[in-house]
Amino acid sequence: MLFPLILLAIFGSVFSNSIAKGVTFSQYFVAGMIASGMVNTGFQQLAIMIPMEREFGTLKRLRGTPMPASSYFIGKAILVTLSMIVQVFLLLEAGVIFFGVNLPTTAQKWLLLAALLILGSACSTVLGIAFSNVPKSGRGASAVVSPVVIVLQFFSGVFFVFTQLPHWMQYVAAIFPLKWMTQGARSVFLPDSFATREVAGNWETGRTFAIIGAWLVIGIFWAIRSFKWERD
Amino acid sequence: MSKVISVSGLRKSYGPNSAVAGLDLEIEQGEIFALLGPNGAGKTTTVEILEGFRDRDAGQVRVLDFDPATKGSAGQRWRDRIGIVLQSTQDAGDLTVYESVSHFATYYENPKNPREVIELVGLTEKSDALGRTLSGGQRRRLDVALGIIGNPELIFLDEPTTGFDPEARRAFWQLIRKLRDEGATILLTTHYLDEAEALADRVAVINRGQIIEISTPDQLGGRATSLASVSWRDGVKIRTEKSANPTALVNSLSQQFGGEIPELNVRRASLEDIYLEMIGGSLE
Repeated sequence: MLFPLILLAIFGSVFSNSIAKGVTFSQYFVAGMIASGMVNTGFQQLAIMIPMEREFGTLKRLRGTPMPASSYFIGKAILVTLSMIVQVFLLLEAGVIFFGVNLPTTAQKWLLLAALLILGSACSTVLGIAFSNVPKSGRGASAVVSPVVIVLQFFSGVFFVFTQLPHWMQYVAAIFPLKWMTQGARSVFLPDSFATREVAGNWETGRTFAIIGAWLVIGIFWAIRSFKWERD
Repeated sequence: MSKVISVSGLRKSYGPNSAVAGLDLEIEQGEIFALLGPNGAGKTTTVEILEGFRDRDAGQVRVLDFDPATKGSAGQRWRDRIGIVLQSTQDAGDLTVYESVSHFATYYENPKNPREVIELVGLTEKSDALGRTLSGGQRRRLDVALGIIGNPELIFLDEPTTGFDPEARRAFWQLIRKLRDEGATILLTTHYLDEAEALADRVAVINRGQIIEISTPDQLGGRATSLASVSWRDGVKIRTEKSANPTALVNSLSQQFGGEIPELNVRRASLEDIYLEMIGGSLE
């Protein structure tokens, strides 16, 4: 929970220069961290927690009770939602107080933020559940999952301004949902004038939701097909 | 109700390895049934198929009139009636014993009272201890508590006393007998012969994926009528003779020695002898 805040403190202070008219890197970075918050609390948390529960026998034990399988996943979704709300709240508070982030001013922007958070965390949750089959052990899960998250964050314009990354990196990142989540977060928190500085010259809101939505669907199919209650 | 468990022609392979190769079994209501066999015999695979954790390749299986391989929500009602005691789990380390047991109670229609279950398994003093602070034996008692909290008609125990010291074993056997006395049917896998002998109403010896014999512990392998072993010291060494008539042999020895026979020992085949012979025989 605290690590994103620490990163925010470091990066936000070190790179506080202006990157465009009326926009500092700190503001850019907070938007990126909020989007990252969805990946951390959803994908990363579940892809590490579920293998641990699998290794400890928790899942097997639950499988032998009358508990319906759906209850387990609903429980996880609630966990992700709550931790995401807390993390976004903390990041936003720090951003507003220390880094000059402006809260959205129009109802439309608030709606956009809500939609982004709901769709983004749902997507992150199902991908985390699906990916939970990849780590071979509970203990090793962190070593498998964390690098994936960190590399993705670097590629997707969390730590660097996206448009300054090499083109090939931008193309690769555009396949995955995080780049779109960070872009969507920027469309909420940065002034609309900044949109011209983005890759396509505008916020690409429609495409953002389409890609996140597509990953949500992929994630659901992948999770249902591959979920295992026990290690083989 | 018909048999609690009824299995016929069960088969399961993992790739080229046949773990269960045509197994038939029937378990009656209210009995303690032990499945005895060496590692790799197919005990665990069979039990996991009965518990619904594993799919089978072939054969009919009915557990409480239900096919455990049935997918979907019909399984929920069935799982409400069974209790599975797992081993070697490390879950619920951060919850207290009471928290774990009362939490699991919420999964069931008609659970037992958590405090009563904790007392039944002998963990009352550890009610407020965290799961990860429990010793191995206490941990296993917690596993039993979690397996029986739902008030099951049928309880599965997979090698429950592995690693227990003798005193803990005996106390545990008492617990199992109590559960049976309360009306549950119990299927137990073990490779401890004294455990099978102490607890089981019937024993099935399994090896290489097949049942070799099913019988009561004292009749297994013709034990009741097996030859007795008589041994005594004859000069420098100990002599042993098998005899169907040990009393006559002892009498003649007593006359031979003019009274007390040195280091006399008369015993019937132990379950272990019978078992090893059965397993060894089928390895050919």
